[in-house]
Amino acid sequence: MTRETTISIVIVAGLLAAAFIAQAMGETFYITLATRMAILGLAATGLNIALGLGGLVSFGHAAFFGIGGYAAGILATHAFNSEPLLLGLPGTNQMIVIWIAGAIAAGLVAVLIGLISLRTSGVYFIMITLAFAQMIYYFAISWPAYGGEDGLSIYVRNAFPGANTLAPMSFFLICFGLLALGLVLFALIRASRFGAALQAGRQNETRLAAVGIAPFRVRLTAFVISAMMTALAGALFADLNRFVSPSMFSWHMSGELIVLIILGGVGRLAGPLAGAIVYVLFEFALGGITEHWQFFLGLILLAVVLFARGGVMGLLAGRARHG
Amino acid sequence: MAEPILDIRDLKKSFGALKATDGVSLDLRPGEIHALIGPNGAGKSTLIHQIAGSLKPDSGEIRFEGRDVKPLDMAARARLGMGRTFQVSSLAPEFSALRNVMLAVQARQGSSFRFFKPVMHDRGLTEPAHEALARVGLSDRADVPAAELSHGERRQLEIAIALALGAKAFLLDEPMAGMGPEGSQALTRFLDRLRGEAPILLIEHDMDAVFALADRISVLVYGRIIATGSVDEIRNHPAVREAYLGDGA
Repeated sequence: MTRETTISIVIVAGLLAAAFIAQAMGETFYITLATRMAILGLAATGLNIALGLGGLVSFGHAAFFGIGGYAAGILATHAFNSEPLLLGLPGTNQMIVIWIAGAIAAGLVAVLIGLISLRTSGVYFIMITLAFAQMIYYFAISWPAYGGEDGLSIYVRNAFPGANTLAPMSFFLICFGLLALGLVLFALIRASRFGAALQAGRQNETRLAAVGIAPFRVRLTAFVISAMMTALAGALFADLNRFVSPSMFSWHMSGELIVLIILGGVGRLAGPLAGAIVYVLFEFALGGITEHWQFFLGLILLAVVLFARGGVMGLLAGRARHG
Repeated sequence: MAEPILDIRDLKKSFGALKATDGVSLDLRPGEIHALIGPNGAGKSTLIHQIAGSLKPDSGEIRFEGRDVKPLDMAARARLGMGRTFQVSSLAPEFSALRNVMLAVQARQGSSFRFFKPVMHDRGLTEPAHEALARVGLSDRADVPAAELSHGERRQLEIAIALALGAKAFLLDEPMAGMGPEGSQALTRFLDRLRGEAPILLIEHDMDAVFALADRISVLVYGRIIATGSVDEIRNHPAVREAYLGDGA
C-alpha cells in the first residue's frame, strides 16, 4: 500500500470516528459538521477528476452541484404536493431516485457544456465554464416556478430505504457511504487506462495525440463523470439543509470547490476531503469569532500556494508518484 | 518497385510571405531509410508536422499506405501507424519511462476507455512496454519519471514509444540531437536494424549518421527539394555542395 493510500484511509476513517464520538457525546451539531465535510468532500472529489487528473480547471462546477440540489428540491416538492412533474411523471421523496435523476441531468448538461468548453483550454476554458454556470444561476433566479431568488424548501428530508434520514447519524452514514464510493471510484479511475490517458493529456496533450489517443473524447468523458459526482453531492447538500437556493449555482460555490482541492492537494485521493475538513473546521472555529473568517482562510490559502503546493496531502504523504 | 508507404505530392505551406514548404514531393518505400537534410530553417520540421498532422498544409497530397490522410488529425494518423518523435522531446513528464511507453501500448490496443483495471497490474500493458524499453536500452531507467531522464535518454524513450505503437513508418525528427558521440553511434546501429521493421523518414544534422544509414537522401533548401538520390549522388551533386555541404564535404 502506498503512503498516500494509507493516509487517505486514515483521513476517511477519522471522519467516521469523529461522527461516532460526537454521537456518543450527544453532540448532534458536530455530526452535522461531519456530514457537511463528507458532502463538500464528495463534491470536490468529483471536481478533482476533471481538475486534478485532467487538468481541466472548471470554474463552473457549481452548475452541477446546483443541478443535483434542484433535482432533490424539485422532485421532493412535487412529491410533497402530489403534483405530477413533466409528462405526468410523479415527484419522489426517495433519495436513490433523486440521486439518479440529479446525476443524469447534470451529466447531460455536462455533455453540452463540455462539447463547447473543451474546445478551448487555459483561461478560456475557465471563463467559458464560469459563463455557463452563471447562465444557469440567473436562470434559477428568474424561474418563479421553483422559488426563484428565494429558493425552495424541502419540508421533510427525503427518504432512504431502511433508515430514518432525519436522525443526524443515519443521514451522515448515507453521505459517508457515498463519499467512500466516490473515493473508490476516483482511485479506480486514476489507476486505470482511462486515467492514464486523462493524466497524460494534462501533462502533455501533444504526446497523447502522438500515440493516437484523441484528447477531446477522454476529457469530455472525464468532465461528465466529474459533473455527475458533484451533482450527487449537491443532492445530499440540499437534503442536509432541507433547502435549495440559486446560491448553489453561484460562482462562489465553484470557487469554494476549487479552494477545497487546492487546500487538500490537487489530484490526490483524499485531497478534496482533507480540504473540506480544514475548510469546515475553519468556518466553524473562526466563523464563531469573526464574520470575516474568510480573510484568514485567504491567508491560509496563500500559505498553501506559496509554501505547500501539495496541500494537506502533500504535507502528509509527500509528492505524488505515478509509478 | 514496391508501393511507397508514405507518398507526398506537391505539398505547399506558407506562413505569410514565407514559403516554408514549396511544392515538396517525396516518398518512403518499405525497408528504406530516407534521410531529409537541409540547412536550418529549410522547413524540415514544418514538413514533418504536416505529415504527422499537427500542421495543415495549404495544398498537396499526403498518402499513407495508399490512403489520403489529409482529413485526419494527429491522433488518427498515429493510429494508422505513423510513429513520430519530436525535435524537442515531448513526453508526459510526471510519468515514469515505463508509463510513457505503456500509454502507447494501450493506444495501440485501442483501449483507453477502461475505467476499473489498474494499469500497473496489467501485464498486457507492462510486458510490451518493458520489451520496447529493453530494445532501446532503457530497462534500468524504467521507473524514473520522464522529467528526470537525461536529454539523450528522453530521445531513446521517444523511440521506445514509437516502437510500442507498432509503427508502420517512423518519422524521426533529429533523433541524434544532443546525444554524445557514443549515444549517436549506438542509435545509428539501432536504426540500421530498425529499417527492416518499418521504413524511416529521418531528419538529421549528424552527417556521419546520415551517410552511414540512408538509402536515399533528399535535400531541402528554402522549402524546396533540390535533389534526391543515393548517398554518393548527393555527395557529388553540385547544387547540394553549394547550398549545403560546402566545399569541404
